[in-house]
Amino acid sequence: MTPVSAAKWAGLAAILVVPALLGSGNYAYLVQAGGMIGLYMILALGLNFTMGYVGLFDLGYIAFFAAGAYGAAICGAYNVPLLIELPLTVAFAVLLRLGLGVSILRLRGDYLAIVTMGFGEITRLVINNLDSITNGPKGMEVPPLQLFSWTLSGNLGYYYLIAACVALGVIGSRRLEDSRVGRAWVAIREDETAARLSGISVNEHKLLAFTISAGFAAVAGMIFAHWIQFVTPESFVFWESILIVSMIVLGGMGSIYGVLLGALILGGVPQILQVFLAGSKWIDYRYFFFGVVLVVVVLFRPEGLWPHKRRQAELHEEAA
Amino acid sequence: MTEPALLDIQGLHTVYGKKIHALKGVSAQVRSGEIVCIIGNNGAGKTTLLKTVSGVLQPDKGAVRFAGEAITGQPTHRIARMGLAHVPEGRHVFPRLSVAENLEMGAYFRTERDLSKDYDHVFELFPVLGRRKAQLAGTLSGGEQQMLAMGRALMARPRLLMLDEPSMGLAPVVVDTIFDIIRRINKEGVTVLLVEQNAKRALQASSRGYVLETGEIVLEDKAETLCSDAKVRKAYLGLQ
Repeated sequence: MTPVSAAKWAGLAAILVVPALLGSGNYAYLVQAGGMIGLYMILALGLNFTMGYVGLFDLGYIAFFAAGAYGAAICGAYNVPLLIELPLTVAFAVLLRLGLGVSILRLRGDYLAIVTMGFGEITRLVINNLDSITNGPKGMEVPPLQLFSWTLSGNLGYYYLIAACVALGVIGSRRLEDSRVGRAWVAIREDETAARLSGISVNEHKLLAFTISAGFAAVAGMIFAHWIQFVTPESFVFWESILIVSMIVLGGMGSIYGVLLGALILGGVPQILQVFLAGSKWIDYRYFFFGVVLVVVVLFRPEGLWPHKRRQAELHEEAA
Repeated sequence: MTEPALLDIQGLHTVYGKKIHALKGVSAQVRSGEIVCIIGNNGAGKTTLLKTVSGVLQPDKGAVRFAGEAITGQPTHRIARMGLAHVPEGRHVFPRLSVAENLEMGAYFRTERDLSKDYDHVFELFPVLGRRKAQLAGTLSGGEQQMLAMGRALMARPRLLMLDEPSMGLAPVVVDTIFDIIRRINKEGVTVLLVEQNAKRALQASSRGYVLETGEIVLEDKAETLCSDAKVRKAYLGLQ
């Protein structure tokens, strides 16, 4: 076994075993933090399809996480079983995203950023004001995840569920990246006109990426709602969309492991800092440190911390 | 008329944003096996014509038939899959894909697994691409990018190759190579429609030519005849 693969297995074992050992000790909060980081990983993997592969900026992605969470909450309120809730919620998020997708097919760059940002805010405002369905700013209670007579509760259980979803997300991303579809996405990102002239159906491929990314967000949102057992519009603010975009930029656009690393750092550091700095006067500075890290990375490593080999080659030609 | 033209353009009108009437009823034909050029000055509508044929732009009036089939209004990718390859102005290679990957994308819609003959063919036409297989396309020189764009189009095994300003911005030596290869590709059975500002080179390489002025075809003849036409000599070849 090479040192690298030994380190990989050790890391994997740590991810699986350590949370169980932390169970009820002083560091139990780490299990919850781990679960939250995992949710961010699912979101970042999802957004990576549109932003990383196809190169379409999205500043409103959290709207689809919200759609998943509220899908779970509303289904919970009507006692809809999980096996129906899951396809229903995912389909709702996908349709929402296709609606957005069709309207922004022709947009690029700045315009895309503005429209998606507006979409994210509209979604939050609709949830906030649709009292009859979403209970508005007061939020909704959500029952824990229930499959037949078996109920999932406790941080550790959700941690493992999220870990399994991250693993599935990574496997799915890798397979799609290496497929014909993945190559078509990259071609579209590189040059849309040339992709069209090479016989690639650009619109269909863009919408497919939109669909998949909405599915990831919806699943993450569902798990989040059942785990925390409470949803309010406050959880789906513009800042969260920015955070996910930053995870992808920090880790490396289009790089699966980079995106996971970005989610680990940006999702984890504020939470860890919050605990370690609790009670100290530095607690108010935690987002300051966060900003400094982002600026430094973009200045010195614009391709991200763990870039896809293609992007690294572009920004550091001598390495190619 | 013996056989129907491979590409038949009838009364094509293309308008940009309701105001700029770029094509005003253009008709032209390309028969199988020909090299046909369309010459004209900047802004005459040459690029618009090719873009309308390949479906990148939609015409307001008129019809285009390719191999007997009406292709007006069809999406670009479907037209490309019918065997009509368009190498756009400014090359449009995939900058962050390697030379080999760019060529692979050219054969994207083909179902054959084994493309080694096609690669060999492209590398034989353009040996420089064979030496730079792993290099990123964005780091190639202008001439090499033009060759790559042409090679990528050939990977689709097109029946008609439309080239938009293949000599633009290239050194004279490279232009020679490009035109040699255009003739060679044609001898191997690919019909070529060429759009050029460099009228002299284009007419030398072609069998027939059209002169496009502000959106209208003003002359149409055999390339040699156009070369000796007083007006063409004065306006496009810079001769008296």
